[in-house]
Amino acid sequence: MCTTCGCGGGDVKVEGEQGSHPHNHAHNHNHGHHHADEHHHHHTHENGDLDFGVGISGTHAPGLSQTRIVQIERDILSKNDHQAWHNRDDLTRAGVLALNLVSSPGSGKTTLLARTAMDIGAKKQVSVIEGDQQTSLDADRIRETGARAVQVNTGKGCHLDAEMVARAITQLAPEKDSVLFIENVGNLVCPAAFDLGEAAKVVILSVTEGEDKPLKYPDMFRASKLMILNKSDLLPYVPFDVDKCVEYARRVNPEIEVLQLSALSGEGLTAWYDWIENAAIARPSAAAE
Amino acid sequence: MHEMALAEGVLQIVEDTVQGQSCSKVVKIWLEIGELSHVEPAAMEFCFEAVVKGSIAEGAALQIDRAPGKAWCHNCGHEVHVASLIAACPLCNGFKLQVTGGEDMRVKEMEVD
Repeated sequence: MCTTCGCGGGDVKVEGEQGSHPHNHAHNHNHGHHHADEHHHHHTHENGDLDFGVGISGTHAPGLSQTRIVQIERDILSKNDHQAWHNRDDLTRAGVLALNLVSSPGSGKTTLLARTAMDIGAKKQVSVIEGDQQTSLDADRIRETGARAVQVNTGKGCHLDAEMVARAITQLAPEKDSVLFIENVGNLVCPAAFDLGEAAKVVILSVTEGEDKPLKYPDMFRASKLMILNKSDLLPYVPFDVDKCVEYARRVNPEIEVLQLSALSGEGLTAWYDWIENAAIARPSAAAE
Repeated sequence: MHEMALAEGVLQIVEDTVQGQSCSKVVKIWLEIGELSHVEPAAMEFCFEAVVKGSIAEGAALQIDRAPGKAWCHNCGHEVHVASLIAACPLCNGFKLQVTGGEDMRVKEMEVD
């Protein structure tokens, strides 16, 4: 447990899970090849939170020998990336478009998702994984729209990881040709490092936040495929320079796409729905169908 | 403070590696942390010390080597050194940079007793 901010602890709860089942499978394998999926779980949809959290193991091999160097050469994120690979493989084969929504707190992610679920829900199944440190308020808001949602409480954790998402996907069991939104913990720093198995990260920046965010938090804007400038209805009232913001974002990520919209007034939402539709068509499995 | 989760990742790799080996203690661990990766070395050191308490790596020294950030400049056509993701090309001051190195975060090796 970090004594500065306390993150990294074992307080994670995935809504709807029964009983604790931390499942570690940290074996080495080369990604890029297909291998039979060994972990399908039962789906439980009752409420009833589950606590889990893999503590720090203290087991070691006994014995004594002379000091020696052991070569390792492994990526620090290899365990997360391994699970993310499985998530992506499962989602691709299930025909599900997964988008990882990242932003600072208060950018309007949940409002945008609730509106999106209402507007496209009749045509396409929408499921949402809601990541917050505490409460199920966001999942409740999403469920009010008729969409399926599961809340993941990270406890003191500052980001979702691939393992949490795998378990939430098991709870949701999204159907073929549906969209799965993963609303990450509101934080413009930590979620950038963690691949969840999504098709793309979408960073949401509201115009009340200041156009210099892409320069202040470059990792996140570099990791994202799309930047949404939300709360565009407030542009007449705030000193936000849209052109400058886009220029800054493209400075850290020349490829980043940009949409300007207001989840509240509805301005620009059609372009967002078109973007989702195009992303679904561009999925690897969709191209092969 | 995602360095906490990353420090746990380092410990997990170390514990996976020592499994089945005859060693009683991890003395030193070498990490390579790219200049453009998602890690602040000082935060990593701090978190590592907290995470390894009670493990085989308790008290182990942590050596962090920085791999330089590299990018290809589409503007002037050179591979250049960049120290951050918001840096301009040192040759032409352009921003059309494609990162080509310095993003890795790896456990390289360790010394065991």
